[in-house]
Amino acid sequence: MKETSIIISGFGGQGTLFAGQVLAYTAMDNGLEVTWIPSYGPEMRGGTAHCTVIVSEERIGSPLVGSPDIVLALNLPSVDKYETLMSSRGTLIANSSLVNREIERGDITSLLIPANKIAEEIGMSRLANMIMVGAMTKLRPILTLEMVKTGLEEHIPERHRKTLPINFEAIDKGYAFAEEAGAS
Amino acid sequence: MAKELLKGNEAFAEAAIRAGVEGFFGYPITPSTEFLEHMARRMPKLGRAFVQAESEVAAINMVYGAACTGKRVMTASSSPGLSLMMEGISYIAGTEIPVVVVNVMRGGPGLGNIAPSQGDYYQMVKGGGHGDYFPIVLAPASVQEAIDSIALAFDLAEKYRSVVHVIVDGNMGQMMEPAELPPMREIPTESPPWAVTGAKGRNPNILTSIYIDPVDEEVTDLRLLKRWKEVEKNEVRYEEYELEDAKIAIVAFGTSARVASSAIHDAREEGIKVGLFRPVTLAPYPQKRLDEIAQQVERILVIEMNSGMMLDDVQRVVQGRVPIEFYGRMGGITPLPGEILEEIRRVAANEDEVEGDPRNEWMTRLEKKIMGGGE
Repeated sequence: MKETSIIISGFGGQGTLFAGQVLAYTAMDNGLEVTWIPSYGPEMRGGTAHCTVIVSEERIGSPLVGSPDIVLALNLPSVDKYETLMSSRGTLIANSSLVNREIERGDITSLLIPANKIAEEIGMSRLANMIMVGAMTKLRPILTLEMVKTGLEEHIPERHRKTLPINFEAIDKGYAFAEEAGAS
Repeated sequence: MAKELLKGNEAFAEAAIRAGVEGFFGYPITPSTEFLEHMARRMPKLGRAFVQAESEVAAINMVYGAACTGKRVMTASSSPGLSLMMEGISYIAGTEIPVVVVNVMRGGPGLGNIAPSQGDYYQMVKGGGHGDYFPIVLAPASVQEAIDSIALAFDLAEKYRSVVHVIVDGNMGQMMEPAELPPMREIPTESPPWAVTGAKGRNPNILTSIYIDPVDEEVTDLRLLKRWKEVEKNEVRYEEYELEDAKIAIVAFGTSARVASSAIHDAREEGIKVGLFRPVTLAPYPQKRLDEIAQQVERILVIEMNSGMMLDDVQRVVQGRVPIEFYGRMGGITPLPGEILEEIRRVAANEDEVEGDPRNEWMTRLEKKIMGGGE
């Protein structure tokens, strides 16, 4: 891995920005260069919210990318937007709970994962973001499952610390789903 | 100290605290608001002054007054806020007191939008306020450099009794990167000799920007100019990337330079000899080094997130010796590395002279690009 760009995109409130921060903290803790940049426009107030995370072994130039390598799409508008933009050989992980269509591009790796449904099954519907992150650590282990869990443990805000076990469960479930489903 | 993942605005603010800022006066505006919020959280706990003023006009005048006491003070805002502050900044410059002003620039003109821009280049670099004065302008391009630039800004402001602008675009304010904060600096207990601190036991200091007699104003303006010449001599800063064997030099600052460096990396893999010259001080402009580069390269490509403002400075230095081309995005659009790579390829293949204003052809291409429906 020289440089990998990740976009996490969804509705405001789905935890896309936080999921990106978890990846950014994890990358930093593992000695990698990283940038995290949010969409900070009016879309934060109810519309779509996304962040771009770039992880690299070298100094990072642009914090923004036109063709992301990895996309975690938590809703349909995000799939519609990024499927066409993604780099070939990219990985698109889409939340099938809110995405009612197949992925059309054949030159990318894709996975449909019912992240909301799995999150509800473990008892915290807000954790769809961590389910997606877990799936990513299986399909594109630039940051491994263990690294991300450690990163989360180190940097989770104190007020949310009691949710650490269920966050871990969400990451594990996402990973396991990706492992069983295999990506296409 | 270990590296932390820090957001630009908060890193800026904390760096100012550690550099010993004793007063912050501001008014919230996206995309710089986290700067003020961080100050609101931290400053009162440290027993230092934080005021959210009723407007930017009030804020800069509070800064003006507080700076006269010899304390380290500052404000931070974003483009429209800076427009409101310009009168006060001119008064501060005319009074010859040190002040640091951070501008996290956004799309304009007018109310514009909150997206990142470099459209305040003329305003920040060429003065902005009225009269004969010369602000020092720093343009960091990473969160770490933002942190480092704040301490430098205070040091320069005090050394030259000058206004120092630190300018970044919204990307830099909002972005998080690993960076290291410096340790807390001791706040000086002694006031500078010019400060108004109560004249007990000494002659009063008078700080003013009023010189009713034009002769006195001319003496003052000459003093400012002479001081500026010292700044020009001592304080030029820049960074270079892959320039050693470059045939094409990109000149860009801040985020534009970062994006350009990604494109340069890719262009190098295609065998194009291209490098980057990044002014860190936009004022004083690193003209001596750019002059040398103009003698080395075959073409210069200026990239900005505005309509071609720094382009003027590059043209002034290069004086037609090398063809200069321009690529810019405006209105709050940040160029992507792919766009700049395309520009590099185009410039590398172009052997024509550039006729007239380098922006003419760019305008045609940009119009096609944005009206054609593609990003």
